[in-house]
Amino acid sequence: MIDRILNSRLAPLLVLAFLVAVIPLVAPSNFYLRVAALVWVFSIAAFGLTILMGYAGQVSLGHAGFLGIGAYSVALGPEYLGLDPLVSLCLGVFVSAAIAWVVGRPILKLRGYYLAIATLGFGMIVSLVLNGESAITGGPDGMQVPRATLFGLKLSGSATWYWVTAGVMLVGAALALNIGNSPTGRALRALHDSEVAAAGTGIDVAARKLNAFVLAAIYAAVAGGLLALMNGLITPDAAGFMNSIELVAMVIIGGLGSVVGAVVGAAFLVVLPQALTSLHDYEQAVLGLLIMVFMIFLPAGIVPTLRRKMTERAA
Amino acid sequence: MSLLQVENTGISFGGLVAVDNVSFSVSPGEVFSIIGPNGAGKTTLFNIVTGVYRTDRGSVSLAGEKVAGLAPHLLVKRGMVRTFQNLQIFFRMTALENVMVGFHLAERSSLLSDLLGLPSVSRQNRATREAALALLERVGLAAYAAMPAGTLPYGALKRLEIARALASEPKVLLLDEPAAGCNAVESEAIDNLITGIASGGVAVVLIEHDMKLVMRISDRILVLAEGKRLAEGTPEVIRHDPVVVSAYLGEHGAREAARAQG
Repeated sequence: MIDRILNSRLAPLLVLAFLVAVIPLVAPSNFYLRVAALVWVFSIAAFGLTILMGYAGQVSLGHAGFLGIGAYSVALGPEYLGLDPLVSLCLGVFVSAAIAWVVGRPILKLRGYYLAIATLGFGMIVSLVLNGESAITGGPDGMQVPRATLFGLKLSGSATWYWVTAGVMLVGAALALNIGNSPTGRALRALHDSEVAAAGTGIDVAARKLNAFVLAAIYAAVAGGLLALMNGLITPDAAGFMNSIELVAMVIIGGLGSVVGAVVGAAFLVVLPQALTSLHDYEQAVLGLLIMVFMIFLPAGIVPTLRRKMTERAA
Repeated sequence: MSLLQVENTGISFGGLVAVDNVSFSVSPGEVFSIIGPNGAGKTTLFNIVTGVYRTDRGSVSLAGEKVAGLAPHLLVKRGMVRTFQNLQIFFRMTALENVMVGFHLAERSSLLSDLLGLPSVSRQNRATREAALALLERVGLAAYAAMPAGTLPYGALKRLEIARALASEPKVLLLDEPAAGCNAVESEAIDNLITGIASGGVAVVLIEHDMKLVMRISDRILVLAEGKRLAEGTPEVIRHDPVVVSAYLGEHGAREAARAQG
């Protein structure tokens, strides 16, 4: 029984929808809703890496760069082009996808460590531009982001943003799950295991990697845009190296290739720092230690390891 | 008419001439074997033919069209599919999924429909799953369908690769040591499988060290030594060719071949 539910295709989506529905019922204050909304936003970015790293096996250490492009688009569009913030978000997503397509073509020829360093370089360039072009981007101080309105409804307040981000997160999860269970998903997982054999079945390896890279950039840009709109402020830190590393850590801690795992990983890295603030100076050290402990005892990631344990018990 | 025609091809690595001026042609329904001692250039020849290595010497034609220089995934589109000497399996996918990937080119779906999970994708998945199961049954691996490929025994993986290759409905199928590491029973199964594939009109090119197998199922044999063509002919001719016997088979091999011929 448990096995059947766990293996059903809808199961991950049902689990996530359940979480979304229950959290507002048990959250003692709006602060908790705000933290949960942050979890949903980072989950969206992590879904992109689930496709890129989990399915296709291609690492990106500069993914916050795309997140930054999405985030700054909702600040830059209204400021300089007079666009509506949500229209700017769409434009930012498009720009992010286009940049991923141009950058991805040459660098996805690289493998393993070399690809990691090339994507790292990309993230650094975005971060440098956002920090350096202070006349346009406000430099390290960042930019104000105007409030967005959707169908005449002003998007403000923790509760509103909770539902907006949760909705987008669920759609993003559904799309990532769809891809996983499709010819495209099989092609990505195939080239993850053997590029030679994948090409040997007629898969255009370079084109498929580029698909995954562009999809991941779109997810990151959507997440970035939502983050900026929710906070009403954006700084270059969003596109920084630490953020890129945290995104990678999320999908690995949660479980590579698992959509629910991406959310669990995002929750781990968003909620824990909040919970550990009482430790003051030791916060970062304890967080690092916890990551190490989890990786040692759950090397396949939290969700895949727990799922295996549950199916074993059911059997 | 020959389906695959290789003319005067060759390649050098540094100063070493790995394959030197080799020609052969294979017709539909034929089993054409390439034999030779280790290092004779058999797999290198495969790599030239299937686009893994690029060379400007000679030519490779498929159904009369020059295909030299085409990337491997484009050659698959033209009907040329291969298996690998050192297994190239998708180890983290199940046996069934491995074969499903083989249907990649036949699947009608786009990135967008896959993202949206349209009903057409579900239909495509079902069709591919059924076709892949049928192929697994054909190679005798249906029992392994749901297992991760990484957990299958070696002999089964060899057949899994063949099933995946068959999924692409090849016109020319190149098999690199399909019976290597297999026991007598598995080797017999592969024997039947290959003759079955060829009788379906596929041109089969085979690299194999198991001389019993080669002598039993080949229509013609090409013998390579040090990258050069040593002899070519029917199993009968090759077995009695004194140059081949001394250079490659040795006395023991010759006896074994004679016994297989019965």
